[in-house]
Amino acid sequence: MFSPNDLSSYLIIGAILFSLGLFTVLTRRNAISVLMGVELILNSANINYVAFSHFSSGSTDGQIYAIFVIMLAAAEAAVGLAIVLAIFQIFHTIDVEAAETLKE
Amino acid sequence: MEISTAVFYLVAIITVGSAAMVAFSRNIIYSAFSLLGAFGGVAGIYVFLGADFVAAVQLLIYVGGILVLVLFAVMLTHRITDVQITNRAAGRLTALIVTGVLLYLLVETVRGTSWAKAKELVHQATTGTIGDLFLESYLLPFELASLVLLAALIGAVVISRKEIKE
Repeated sequence: MFSPNDLSSYLIIGAILFSLGLFTVLTRRNAISVLMGVELILNSANINYVAFSHFSSGSTDGQIYAIFVIMLAAAEAAVGLAIVLAIFQIFHTIDVEAAETLKE
Repeated sequence: MEISTAVFYLVAIITVGSAAMVAFSRNIIYSAFSLLGAFGGVAGIYVFLGADFVAAVQLLIYVGGILVLVLFAVMLTHRITDVQITNRAAGRLTALIVTGVLLYLLVETVRGTSWAKAKELVHQATTGTIGDLFLESYLLPFELASLVLLAALIGAVVISRKEIKE
């Protein structure tokens, strides 16, 4: 039932990764941990893209989308972590509850 | 059991286990390093799906770029000697119930659907095809991507620089 030649096994791995990422985003109070959860969610979406393109048509379109998602994840990580560093300089903590105002 | 199936199980266990460490670890350093296993495992899954170029890109950008960036941010923002629990979590029970129900629904949907069988697997290099697609049908998104990266680069520098107060 759980084999590398079966689409559902990849989808289940993707679902598990998505749930763990969502759990991380929901529970963490550390801004960097929240970003880690977002990365997990993006990875699970990428697995689904590549798996569907491999098993349905065999074309490489899904892989192109996955590469675009990876590119956007890199941009998101750069800007997100820059914001985290700016928050740390102002509030001296990166707890997302402490930094709920947009100014000092 | 075939050897490829065994390797697939190993990769899946590494991926899911590392992701669980990211979600449940009390120390943010452990979380950040577990991300390595999760990203590497996902690259392994791409190899099983015949996506060699995406696997290489995953290793280069996620493991080589984003992970290092996350580690830098962790080291820069948290006083290692200060606090015991660096990775505070709140509302765990509610979140566990919500994500558990969601995961159950997703897995049930996946297992209840009859998916099309895979065509015979032809593992061939995809890099050439992807390059052609990027410069033909996906040319506009490709150029927009470079613009987005430039904007992110400048934005990150502008946001994280020190404000010089008069």
